[in-house]
Amino acid sequence: MAGEGQTSSEYIKHHLQNLTFGKFPEGHERAGEWGLAHNSMEAKDMGFWAIHLDTMFWSIILGVLFLYLFRKVAKNATSDVPGGGQNFVEWIVEFVDGTVKGAFSGRNAMVAPMALTIFIWVFLINFMDLIPVDWLPQLATLIGVHVFGMDPHHVYFRVVPSTDPNATFGMALPVFALMIFYSFKIKGPIGFASELTLHPFSSENKLVQLLFIPINFLLEFVALLAKPLSLSLRLYGNMFAGEMIFILIALMYSGGLVLGIFGGVLQMGWAIFHILIITLQAYIFMTLTIVYMDLAHQTGDEH
Amino acid sequence: MNINLTLIGQSITFALFVWFCYAFIWPPLVNALEKRKKQIADGLAAAERGQHEQELAEKRAAEQLKDAKGQAADIIAQAQKRATEIVDEAKDDARTEAERIKAGANAEIEQEVNRAREHLRKEVVTLAIAGAEKVLKREVDANAHAGALNDMAAQL
Repeated sequence: MAGEGQTSSEYIKHHLQNLTFGKFPEGHERAGEWGLAHNSMEAKDMGFWAIHLDTMFWSIILGVLFLYLFRKVAKNATSDVPGGGQNFVEWIVEFVDGTVKGAFSGRNAMVAPMALTIFIWVFLINFMDLIPVDWLPQLATLIGVHVFGMDPHHVYFRVVPSTDPNATFGMALPVFALMIFYSFKIKGPIGFASELTLHPFSSENKLVQLLFIPINFLLEFVALLAKPLSLSLRLYGNMFAGEMIFILIALMYSGGLVLGIFGGVLQMGWAIFHILIITLQAYIFMTLTIVYMDLAHQTGDEH
Repeated sequence: MNINLTLIGQSITFALFVWFCYAFIWPPLVNALEKRKKQIADGLAAAERGQHEQELAEKRAAEQLKDAKGQAADIIAQAQKRATEIVDEAKDDARTEAERIKAGANAEIEQEVNRAREHLRKEVVTLAIAGAEKVLKREVDANAHAGALNDMAAQL
């Protein structure tokens, strides 16, 4: 459904631009002012001190929805015969608890609630991908134009926060920080340092060992950094690709009746397949988090 | 695809959500699950205990029934013995009583015989006197010979 006067490429670009709020840099017509970026150039030039309002909005709304629903059930949780809502929540909690018990060998009461939060939150965020790509952006455009008096071309609105690397890195970074924190806490600075420098190459000879240390550190450090990167980029890549396909399919709707019907069938097929992907991605994010936390809690030399 | 402040915002949001879940959602749910698990385990244990107790009670009931039967048999045996004793005693009593009555009757009969004999003797004396009177008629004065007659009667 490319809007009036929009080329396909403009339509795609419009869909891939976040609603960015920030300070305009030097050289712009509104330099020094705070405001919404009107195009991707402006958004880019705003640099680090800008915020994606749509990403924040949807992730907070969905997170609060999750916490609200689960809190409501948790407050009335009874050990007697559970009702429907409690049954459902217990099913998820037991599933997460089982995964944590299976993969996490340390003692940390925080890991399981974190895994639950990640699983449900990421799932809900990913689920936004299944809502037809134009519904919420069109609604946002209507609100933007009629409530805030904006130019419809300036109302950018991305509905799926996990297609914004900021959101996925925003989840992976705290996980990474916790990994580092618990590595220091459980293994001690020396234990952590030796884990980074004495593997995978080690030797009885002290001199050779000394030579191996930089090599080991390079390898292990890259492996350490790869963890948050893989965590966030995997989710981002999958969701971005999925969204891209939905956008491309949506382009067909402006190509006449036959192409439109074909596009509808394609969209349904891809959406059904995508249900699997969004659940799987949420599950993978949760499981990898648990595994990384487990690695941070291991004190032995098993490798 | 710009990395910006959203990253920090998302991190803070994530941390807050995890904290909320850790503080207010996870514990009550897991507690409820644990409690239910315990309740079910307790229930099963209680059921097993109940079954065990029922078995014990049945065994005890059977034992008591056996005891009661034994006691009843004892009581019946004692009662029969006592009945036989009573019958025997009654027989003995009856026998003694009969002996006594017989002895009494015998004594009475003897008395009767003696009395009859006495009477008969007197009759005989009277008859003899009457006969003697008829023989002797006027020769014997009853009054004059009363002493002799009485002696005779005593000798009979």
